[in-house]
Amino acid sequence: MADQLLEINGLNKHFGGIFATENVNLSVERGTIHAVIGPNGAGKTTLIAQLSGQLKPDSGNIEFDGRSIINDSVATRARMGIARSFQITSVVMPMTLLENVMLAVQGGSGHSFGFWSPVHRDRAMETAAMSSLAEVGLEDRARRTAANVSHGEQRQLEVAMALAMKPRLLLLDEPMAGMGKEEGAMMIDILKRLRGDMTILLIEHDMDAVFSLADRLSVMVNGHVIATDTVENIRANKEVQKAYLGDGHA
Amino acid sequence: MFRLPANLSGRSYALLLAILALAPFILEWANQPFYLDLLSRALILGIAAISLNLILGFGGMISLGHAAYIGIGAYCVGIPSYYDYYSGWLHLALALSVSAIFALVTGAISLRTKGVYFIMITMAFSQMVFFTFLSMEEYGADDGLVIYSRSEFPEWLSMDSGVSLYYWVFAMLLLSLMFTHRLVHARFGRVIVGSRFNEQRMQALGFNTYRYRLTCYVISAMMCSVAGMLFGNFAGFISPDIMGWTRSGELIFMVIIGGVATFFGPLVGTIVFVLLEEFLSAITVYWHLIFGVMLVALVLFGKGGIHGWLSSWDRKDADYG
Ligand SMILES: Nc1ncnc2c1ncn2[C@@H]1O[C@H](COP(=O)(O)OP(=O)(O)OP(=O)(O)O)[C@@H](O)[C@H]1O
Ligand SMILES: [Mg+2]
Repeated sequence: MADQLLEINGLNKHFGGIFATENVNLSVERGTIHAVIGPNGAGKTTLIAQLSGQLKPDSGNIEFDGRSIINDSVATRARMGIARSFQITSVVMPMTLLENVMLAVQGGSGHSFGFWSPVHRDRAMETAAMSSLAEVGLEDRARRTAANVSHGEQRQLEVAMALAMKPRLLLLDEPMAGMGKEEGAMMIDILKRLRGDMTILLIEHDMDAVFSLADRLSVMVNGHVIATDTVENIRANKEVQKAYLGDGHA
Repeated sequence: MFRLPANLSGRSYALLLAILALAPFILEWANQPFYLDLLSRALILGIAAISLNLILGFGGMISLGHAAYIGIGAYCVGIPSYYDYYSGWLHLALALSVSAIFALVTGAISLRTKGVYFIMITMAFSQMVFFTFLSMEEYGADDGLVIYSRSEFPEWLSMDSGVSLYYWVFAMLLLSLMFTHRLVHARFGRVIVGSRFNEQRMQALGFNTYRYRLTCYVISAMMCSVAGMLFGNFAGFISPDIMGWTRSGELIFMVIIGGVATFFGPLVGTIVFVLLEEFLSAITVYWHLIFGVMLVALVLFGKGGIHGWLSSWDRKDADYG
């Protein structure tokens, strides 16, 4: 069996009568891009939230790098190397883009019980943050306040913050939603370059992006993973076409 | 260290500090010693307001129980003095450690809650302290406790005269301003401010926000206890009245008047509050009413408090207000 970084076993989560995650089994091989697709309300975001720790599953197990992380907090998992981006932009709005990304760098560099030295004079941290901003094409926006840049740029900032954490596992929840065509194409390029360096679980509605990026593909419907396979096999899978892809993609 | 910006608000604050530094001389020259008392009181409350602003303004933790730490600080002077222990270092050490322990325990519980619940639970804990002192007959209960002599320090640090006590207060005020400024711009402050605006994101970045907020809460309480220690010495008489929840409410107003999450706002707000209280109460018995209307108007129309109003001419500062 190949080297799996993430191993999900029998994961269940329900909200009242809705089964958002039902007996989900999934493994993600180290260094690959694994995409998850599925219609609205399929449970994709709920799955990510359980992997990063915001939501506690009802039952089941999650192993990261061979170790169960089911009882670890969000912050602990982040420091272990699991980074996520949010489908609904979640950044520190009153801070500049640079300050936001510097926070991401800070989170991964030791404790923050530093009471005296100003962060804005920390050149090493600033350089690291600037390079993450440059990676997503935001270097000339660095000193703008997050609240005052475009929606598309906030989406890029989401990704820059996750990248700045230098994670081992990157969970991306529809990173291209809300981006323009050009930024979307750039994001595909960025993710292509990252392949191999880190392991990526990608949720995305844009099929062109998914088909050009994913090494493997899982299809979620109503809380179930109905298929996991290579991109070619999924595209050929009749059941998937019926359940999700529709005629346009067949 | 303290780099004041070369704009209107920055210059105003520099001028304010210069006036405060020279106030004893100015007031003696003008033959108005009473105002030195008033100013001492304002600056003591200013330290308390600055400490509250650290959690309320920068940290977004709205406590309606901060006056408890003024009380704890004051009784850490009063009770030892009652037993003839007058050492100032002892008083200071007691104030800092008792407030730290109380803040650690109550903060650990309070910070499990958010929003209105946090406001209510901090108020409940402070009322607990209030009623504890109210019930202690030995220390005067609601009649209060007279402190016959000020905390004893080496000669050059003595706080025995009105002027020397004023400079104690002024020095502590400068320290709190400087410490807050350093703290907010340091790694710790970034985490505190970030958690105020987006705790979910901060956790996802790897920060155990609970632990950082609790630390911030304890630091703020310790800072406030110094104000209490000074207040005990200044007033010479303390009673549970100094830590009632209305006192905590006044502290919140002082912060809002001056400007939430700004460095000088709480100090300016406190001075304005104390002066207004003094002059309005001399004019009319209905001063509470006038005061209330002014406060409501300020909250509704004066976004950012006095600091916001001053800096609307030089808007480009990086305050997180
Ligand atoms: N906190 C919650 N409380 C109750 N129900 C929830 C909650 N979060 C999600 N749900 C429900 O769980 C189901 C899965 O939602 P989820 O957000 O995971 O879907 P998704 O696949 O990410 O959809 P989309 O493509 O629209 O982002 C939906 O029916 C949703 O209404
Ligand atoms: Mg979703």
